[in-house]
Amino acid sequence: MECVFGMVGKGFALVVADTSAVNSILVHKSNEDKIMVLDQHKLMGASGEAGDRAQFTEYIQKNVSLYQFRNGIPLTTSAAANFMRNELATALRKNPYQVNIVLAGYEKETGPSLYFIDYIATLHKVDKAAFGYGSYFALSMMDRHYHPDMTVDEAIKLADQCIEEIRSRLVVAPQNFIIKIVDQDGAREHSWRRTTKE
Amino acid sequence: MSIFEYNGSALVAMVGKNCFAIASDRRLGVHLQTVATDFQRIFKIHDKLFLGLSGLGSDAQTLHQRLVFRHKLYQLREERDMKPETFASLVSAVLYEKRFGPYFCQPVIAGLGDDDKPFICTMDSIGAKELAKDFVVAGTASESLYGACESMFKPDMDHEELFETVSQALISSIDRDCLSGWGGHVYVVTPTEVTERILKGRMD
Repeated sequence: MECVFGMVGKGFALVVADTSAVNSILVHKSNEDKIMVLDQHKLMGASGEAGDRAQFTEYIQKNVSLYQFRNGIPLTTSAAANFMRNELATALRKNPYQVNIVLAGYEKETGPSLYFIDYIATLHKVDKAAFGYGSYFALSMMDRHYHPDMTVDEAIKLADQCIEEIRSRLVVAPQNFIIKIVDQDGAREHSWRRTTKE
Repeated sequence: MSIFEYNGSALVAMVGKNCFAIASDRRLGVHLQTVATDFQRIFKIHDKLFLGLSGLGSDAQTLHQRLVFRHKLYQLREERDMKPETFASLVSAVLYEKRFGPYFCQPVIAGLGDDDKPFICTMDSIGAKELAKDFVVAGTASESLYGACESMFKPDMDHEELFETVSQALISSIDRDCLSGWGGHVYVVTPTEVTERILKGRMD
């Protein structure tokens, strides 16, 4: 079962997602990257219906780039989050996207930020967020161990604790996870947590 | 579970002597799971008009954006703020436009009208207005809120006593409702000032 979670630390934000692409009982692949890099300082972790996820995230990424081309400056994280929410809300009563999103971004003026966006287009700025069955374990672990202004090492340690909990307690736990980080140096892949090679 | 109970909410507005109070809970949930404990349900339209939106969080955010847009246009055209009665009619019209595909929200409107006379009203999700002289409630905890407000309300309370009454009614009701809670957010508005306070109740 898919899970995405994220948290904000001191000067950075982290997004962790599983990397399984599943169809009923079959695992198509276990290295599917579900955290899209929107632009230099934004990460979008998405979970949900596979086709909707791929289409919607690409659509958002292209529109975020288009804004930068047209206006010469990148969108703020808050603006990108609201744009995503409005796209989801407009589609909601016509042809809903079944995609849940954790958006992480970094700005020089306001620092790191994290947004929770539901598939029904509920938007909320948060310090920690999680989606999927894994959220029951990840949110509880984060409630216990998270504190504001964590260092990267502390946050990675907490992410590992969450992954450990998901692996041991979720009946169909995903095999591999990917961790991406965004800070003043940009948005990039941090590491993988694998149990299978490919 | 009904779509109105997807996120969980509790709202109450109460009238005092030349003042009003509007209060909400702070929980944002997804069915039984709590996602956030600082969700904003009450929005300021202008200094003497507040709008609370209970029900589905997404529709509350969409409705808020639409109504702020309409009010800003009104301000540009009329060069003044909207009266609460007018705003209530606007909200009712906006909701009824979607009669056969409604927004899953129940608004609570509270404001100071002409001569700073307090005005409160609520409506259902398709815009049936309900004016009241004393208090209005909305949300998943509305049944508890009706009981609590009915027993605690007195006419012509000053702003301090009103704050106490609204707070007690809100906290006692949301403490008994699993879908709303994590404290309260109370605005008390008089002709001269707006006081915003956070309450602590059962944090669960």
